[in-house]
Amino acid sequence: MNETIRGLLVKFGNLPVSVDQLQDDSDLYTAGLSSFASVQVMLGIEEAFDVEFPDTMLNRRSFASIAAIEGCVRLLTDREAA
Amino acid sequence: MDMQVSLLDRLFDAGLLIETGVDGLYGRSGQFEDVIAGFERLIDRFGGADGAEAIRFPPGMNRAFFEKSGYMKSFPQLAGTVHSFCGCELDHISLLKCMDEDGDWTEGQKATDIVLTPAACYPLYPTIARRGKVAQTGALYDLQSYCFRHEPSKDPARQQLFRMREYVCVGTQEHVTDFRQSWMDRGLKMMELVGLDVEIDVANDPFFGRAGRMLANNQRDQNLKFELLIPVTSSAKPTACMSFNYHQDAFGAKWELALEDGSVAHTACVGFGLERIALALFAHHGLDVKQWPEHVRTALWG
Repeated sequence: MNETIRGLLVKFGNLPVSVDQLQDDSDLYTAGLSSFASVQVMLGIEEAFDVEFPDTMLNRRSFASIAAIEGCVRLLTDREAA
Repeated sequence: MDMQVSLLDRLFDAGLLIETGVDGLYGRSGQFEDVIAGFERLIDRFGGADGAEAIRFPPGMNRAFFEKSGYMKSFPQLAGTVHSFCGCELDHISLLKCMDEDGDWTEGQKATDIVLTPAACYPLYPTIARRGKVAQTGALYDLQSYCFRHEPSKDPARQQLFRMREYVCVGTQEHVTDFRQSWMDRGLKMMELVGLDVEIDVANDPFFGRAGRMLANNQRDQNLKFELLIPVTSSAKPTACMSFNYHQDAFGAKWELALEDGSVAHTACVGFGLERIALALFAHHGLDVKQWPEHVRTALWG
């Protein structure tokens, strides 16, 4: 999952730094993630993991770090499974 | 809704707004315009000494600038483009035949280089970007334009063609956020002078679709937009009559607006919805301006 998320950040994040250099808990906004790019990443994640972010998760906190994104995806895939 | 229709009907009956057959597209009476002119003079009294450069653009902007602005990413549902007939004489005959037969004659219309201005400040950024670097002490602009937003409605406070007066500040983050705060304070004082009850609240733009909900949440989380709300057609849902926007360096980066030290400029703007303010005054003080409280008349007309 972590690798897929990193791959989507490379593809849609439009970051000025290399995603490989980012720790899981690095702040993605500090790293240069724009509002629009975070929306692209969100849509990419929905497609890759076949999940849909509910309105309550459509915010900055959900995309603040790779770990935060991973937490969201885990929550959503667990929900699907349940 | 009933209350909205009723205010609109009362405005029509009083001749203040003039029906055109299209929701949100109205003529204005001389009296209505006089209220707007009075309020604009009040704006000048508060902001006139700040040394803003006044620029008046027509209500259409360069389509290339509009495309670069990214407006279609966020608000495709609101945009209006200008199309014209660009065919030959034979095409003209087909066009007239189509119109005669009540067909969709607009299908053959071609996009021109003009797009209707969605917000008064949109033509400003490419204009000042061409001038080169902005002084480190910042720059200030005074704008007013008719703006178009495709959102037909019976709510007289939601018109499709309306005027927006704006001050736009370009500079450092601290400079432009101070500017925005000063106008929030001024906005409260101005509305007090004209006898309107207001509140200021955090807000978001009407971004399109699900992706838009995320952009709206992000905008709120970062306190980028505030609105000054006044009851017009409903006290439960007051109308945004002013907005106070901090764009961070979004327009600066988009248009390569730099300060003298080479840093990307931050921008902020304060916008007045002139029709909405006039409507708030009519809704609150009555449709006959001669009956308005003396202090309100003095604030507007001296």
